[in-house]
Amino acid sequence: MTFKHSRDFEKPIEDIERRIEELRHYSSTGSPVRREDIEKLERKAKKLISDIYSSLTPWQITLVARHPQRPYTLDYISHVFDDFIELHGDRVFRDDPAIVGGLAKLDGRPVVIIGQQKGRNTKERCLRNYGMPHPEGYRKALRLMELAGRFKRPLITLIDTPGAAPDIEAEERGQSEAIARNLLFMSQLKAPIVSAVIGEGGSGGALALGLGDRVMMFEYSTYSVISPEGCAAILWKDGTKADVAAKTLKMTAPDLLRLRVIDKIIKEPLGGAHRDPHAAARNLKAAINEALSEISDVPADMLVQARYSRYRKFGVFKEP
Amino acid sequence: MVWFKKDLFTRREDKTIRVPHGLWVKCEHCNEIIYKKEVERNLDVCPKCDYHFRISARRRIDIVFDEGTFSEFDSRLESVDVLDFKDVKRYKDRLKAARSENVSSEAVITGQGMIAGQRAMAAVFEFSFMGGSMGSVVGEKITRLLEKGKKERCPVIVFTSSGGARMQEGIFSLLQMAKTSAAIALLKEESIPYITVLTDPTTGGVTASFAMLGDVIIAEPRALIGFAGPRVIQETIRQKLPEGFQRAEYLMEHGLIDMIVDRKMIKSTLSRLLTLLRQ
Repeated sequence: MTFKHSRDFEKPIEDIERRIEELRHYSSTGSPVRREDIEKLERKAKKLISDIYSSLTPWQITLVARHPQRPYTLDYISHVFDDFIELHGDRVFRDDPAIVGGLAKLDGRPVVIIGQQKGRNTKERCLRNYGMPHPEGYRKALRLMELAGRFKRPLITLIDTPGAAPDIEAEERGQSEAIARNLLFMSQLKAPIVSAVIGEGGSGGALALGLGDRVMMFEYSTYSVISPEGCAAILWKDGTKADVAAKTLKMTAPDLLRLRVIDKIIKEPLGGAHRDPHAAARNLKAAINEALSEISDVPADMLVQARYSRYRKFGVFKEP
Repeated sequence: MVWFKKDLFTRREDKTIRVPHGLWVKCEHCNEIIYKKEVERNLDVCPKCDYHFRISARRRIDIVFDEGTFSEFDSRLESVDVLDFKDVKRYKDRLKAARSENVSSEAVITGQGMIAGQRAMAAVFEFSFMGGSMGSVVGEKITRLLEKGKKERCPVIVFTSSGGARMQEGIFSLLQMAKTSAAIALLKEESIPYITVLTDPTTGGVTASFAMLGDVIIAEPRALIGFAGPRVIQETIRQKLPEGFQRAEYLMEHGLIDMIVDRKMIKSTLSRLLTLLRQ
């Protein structure tokens, strides 16, 4: 079972990368290492990465989307935006570190940003609750959305969560209501909204920030009604069938583009965003700018109407 | 020697009582065996402990709407296996089975009728149809209902009972949350009353969208209402859940719903609310 959860498809790549690292180290200490050898290995590594990453299964993509080195919301904020001022708190209960947001500039244009935030190490992961927001997180997000509407700022949301927190506190403070209210509010927001799934798009907890006029996904991100593990446990009654569930749920970017649920796939650097966060950030920035250029001049009322039509048409059924 | 023959301390509830089929029902809450006719007369509420049994959509319509006034909308909408979804069973087969086991053709019935002489539109969930789960058809029927409510300036009431989104429709089931919530905004803009009645159980994507967006939110006594199901929470936090967790009374205490209304009083309560909110 454990093998499925490890990213062992990356192991051959990591082995080569380690050898390259070693050779570089030797050469820097003056040991006789031939440049060609390093270059040869580098070419081999590149080929290997490209081979492996071009044929990832949906379950492997899920694991890349959850990669512990993958850039998170705050990483993208610092690489894509300038002059970021983080704003805190829901004014009612507390500041939820699982959602971050604030004001910033995108190429000189003032915007509002909101995103779920995961932690990089154990301590941070606990603080950020693994990127699983509580109701106060969604209510902080709502405050920032209101700000975007009032000051006519484009709203950029970055989605990266396994889902909304499933615990006692979340329930007693009204998790459902907090998510529902955001859906309602976003559908009416009089400002352009661009949403990008940067890692995991987990269920209602992701959708609560995701009602964009343009919705994009990184190449190796996922967006789903339920986690593959959860789905496997319920429908297969067997959590180890997560890889099958991941395939069945159609939760990868290409699947969702085909189903016309998203507008664009944001390319990731060779071997995933975690191998070159700067390149990933550049791609994200270009994608956000492109999306904004399509919608930022549309009058607010028309934008809201178009958004309604966009979500109105989702669903497939027969009507004989 | 007959000392041990009779066990004087055996408690009554420890004995297995065989319940004959049809005539008698056992209350899931107080374990009392009750004459079925008596329960039915009591609107499927236990006469001993007031436990509210789960009821079908048709039964609820009969309880709430004036006799013969309810007419159904969009009854021909049919779910489609859009993802070609197969777990241990095919979604197509699950749908077929659900259709043959139920009078309703989907997990929600929508329509309009009169409640004590006042016109109202309603969506009523059928929990026995795939756990009342919300797929494209459920989302579409509710959205059409809300749009019609706006167009005809008619109050809308939703009676929920659902396990949440229908996984077999993947992302489309998730997006029904967005679609329905956006449609509720239409009613709010026009000051048309939107009332929700949460019945046992209401969880997941249904709770986290239109269920919690009512101008007035009513719940049936003891109904389980939550975002995450109790089992998921239990597995996540690995602690015992508090007594009464996620029950209607718990939500009431935490300020998440407006009132708990007995099934016997639901029709008169809705009628009073409709009068008080009428424009």
